[in-house]
Amino acid sequence: MQEKITLAHGSGGELYREMVNEVFLPAYSNEILCELGDSAVCTAGERIAFTTDGFVVNPIFFPGGDIGRLCVCGTVNDLAVSGAVPQYLSVSMIIEAGFETEKLRCICKSIADTASEAGVRIVTGDTKVVEGNKADGIYITTSGVGVFTADRKPLGQKVVQGDVIICSAPVASHGVAVTVARSGMDFSPVPCSDVKPLSGVVDALLSSGAEVHAMRDPTRGGVAATLCEWARDGVDITVDLKNVPVEASVSEICAVLGLDPLQLANEGVLLASVAKKDCAKALEALRNYQYSTSAAVIAEVESGNSEVWGITDIGTKRRILMPRGEVLPRIC
Amino acid sequence: MCLAMPGKIIKIEDSQAVIDYGAVTTRADLRVKPEAKVGDTVLVHAGFVIEIVSPESAQEIEMLVKETMGEA
Amino acid sequence: MRAAEIIEAIHKKAKGLGNIAIMEVCGTHTNELHRHAIPQALPDNIRLVSGPGCPVCVTAQSDIHAALSIAGMKDTVLCCYGDMLRVPCGDTSLLGMKSDGADVRSVVSALEALEIARENPLKQVVFFAVGFETTTPHTAVLIEDAARENVGNLSVLCSHKTMPAAVTALLSGKSGIDALMCPGHVACITGRKGFDFVPEKLKIPAAIAGFEACDMLFALLKICDMLEKSQLECFNAYTRAVSENGNDPALRLTYKIFEESECEWRGLGRITESGLVIRDEYSFFDARRRFEIPDFTEKNARMCICSKILRGEALPSDCPSFASVCTPETPLGACMVSSEGSCAAYYKYER
Repeated sequence: MQEKITLAHGSGGELYREMVNEVFLPAYSNEILCELGDSAVCTAGERIAFTTDGFVVNPIFFPGGDIGRLCVCGTVNDLAVSGAVPQYLSVSMIIEAGFETEKLRCICKSIADTASEAGVRIVTGDTKVVEGNKADGIYITTSGVGVFTADRKPLGQKVVQGDVIICSAPVASHGVAVTVARSGMDFSPVPCSDVKPLSGVVDALLSSGAEVHAMRDPTRGGVAATLCEWARDGVDITVDLKNVPVEASVSEICAVLGLDPLQLANEGVLLASVAKKDCAKALEALRNYQYSTSAAVIAEVESGNSEVWGITDIGTKRRILMPRGEVLPRIC
Repeated sequence: MCLAMPGKIIKIEDSQAVIDYGAVTTRADLRVKPEAKVGDTVLVHAGFVIEIVSPESAQEIEMLVKETMGEA
Repeated sequence: MRAAEIIEAIHKKAKGLGNIAIMEVCGTHTNELHRHAIPQALPDNIRLVSGPGCPVCVTAQSDIHAALSIAGMKDTVLCCYGDMLRVPCGDTSLLGMKSDGADVRSVVSALEALEIARENPLKQVVFFAVGFETTTPHTAVLIEDAARENVGNLSVLCSHKTMPAAVTALLSGKSGIDALMCPGHVACITGRKGFDFVPEKLKIPAAIAGFEACDMLFALLKICDMLEKSQLECFNAYTRAVSENGNDPALRLTYKIFEESECEWRGLGRITESGLVIRDEYSFFDARRRFEIPDFTEKNARMCICSKILRGEALPSDCPSFASVCTPETPLGACMVSSEGSCAAYYKYER
């Protein structure tokens, strides 16, 4: 196959077939996809969860991941937090002419590896090629189907007074990794994204038998945005800020760049609102799973007026608000 | 107005210092504070070392507070 | 010592005082005070007022307009610190121009502008320089480097300001401010002596403060103590970083490249000797001389009381536009723009 993707690769002819056969099929291989029908024909339970997400990350390859791993995790995680078991994914790409085939292979390998890790299959896809400089290299959209197996039921998003909020892993790593990669700042070690599938974390939590009232993966807007959304139902959420897990390196970089870790994006963190009585059980189950060893209770849900409060390191109490706009490093 | 973080200089090459914040290191320019040397704890603002920080223990603030309150 | 104990000491001390207003003139102080929820922890008779301390808040509309005009020119790259990207002017901002396709880049160090200039020899690279004494020497190093290396495509849109003249203009005569909490990192450069003008000219006590909770609290305690004893001095409560005379190499760098001049402040108008301009010897690097920048006529007639807020005469909540028309998403006055602006901090933590 040629070294670069050309407009002809998107035209549906011989080159398109070559790309599918040499790049996509070997990477994603499974019997449903290999039928190559106009639709994938799959089996699912009675109720399914269905979601879609577009990915336009810059840079395409960042420390700790790339757009391939991100586009699988993003959709898998949206399915997982709804309580479903992620099963099938579609991958639709818009590639800019001139994009290196080798990079495309890397992205496809990353998609395949992450899908296999998350236990999902890529069953259908599409690829279009646009003129150079029209698509920042590559855009990817994934859609996903999750099934509710016998032991799973759809989860609402209603946090309840008396719940505790558990955070499965250190926050802000993805936001910091991407911000630093864009800024050209030179930190050592280079901060890495936490991008990972949460299906296993959700499995660990739900199998513990704990009473879980809501789950979210706090991506854009960070933990602050998720807590503010949850509080809108008429409860107050009080976060003990010193208990929010943040990697020491991430915390230092945030201080240098003037960023708030609570507002930065995560791609491998689960927030769960759990009945207080089951807190210990939930924590134990999470801490025994590889992707949530540092799970911690970060907040409590009380009756109130839809406010989110933070207990500061000096014991005072401040309001936490819904983040606004793009997160930018500052010096002032 | 001026966000500055204290870190320790662990290496100097020409006018560039390597600053250790504890868990990460980064680079900073020394030309605004040329007398800073390896081992100094310094304040870094927007990529430049601006001042050397002398070690001050929590006890010192405690003493000053007590003094202010007429308890020392 | 724990912060709670200093807060307790402040409560004790404040009992002997009437209602007092303490102004902080540093955006990072404003933000850190609120991040630690210190204003709420203070006794009711102590009020903290955010003065003109954040370049984002005090940079005149005409300067933002100049930056926007340059960003809109063909084959130019405009670089600036992240905060300036959201500052509105008319119906746009640098961030708005960036979404419309202008090459606007956020940098975390002035020297990045030089790298960008080297990488883009066919483009004009302009560094929109803002900041006070702490930040200005960095721009001086940038211009020195550019001059030494004969970099023909780099220039600086200088909007640097100095603290003393503005604080003097603001607090001279009758003012409701009883004491000043001085910016620790400006004082690193100017030295403690740099703030002697506060007790001497303005006749109010001052304390130079660091940025940790205990640093700020101790400075506040010391201010209460000075007010109680009617002591008129500038106390250094940040001795681990601030010396008596400041950072001489930094000051020499600044005045090698820049000279003092009259300067326009948002909300305060023109103040003599409160700004810095590039000296004639380095005029080649002055973006104001390199580019033809269209005139700006300020149409700031909307309901906004920025100037009163900066003067310490009003609280953000006194403004009719606050939190209604003027929000962090649609800021009217610049006090709402920066996350450290008086209004944004107030909106974020105290509304």
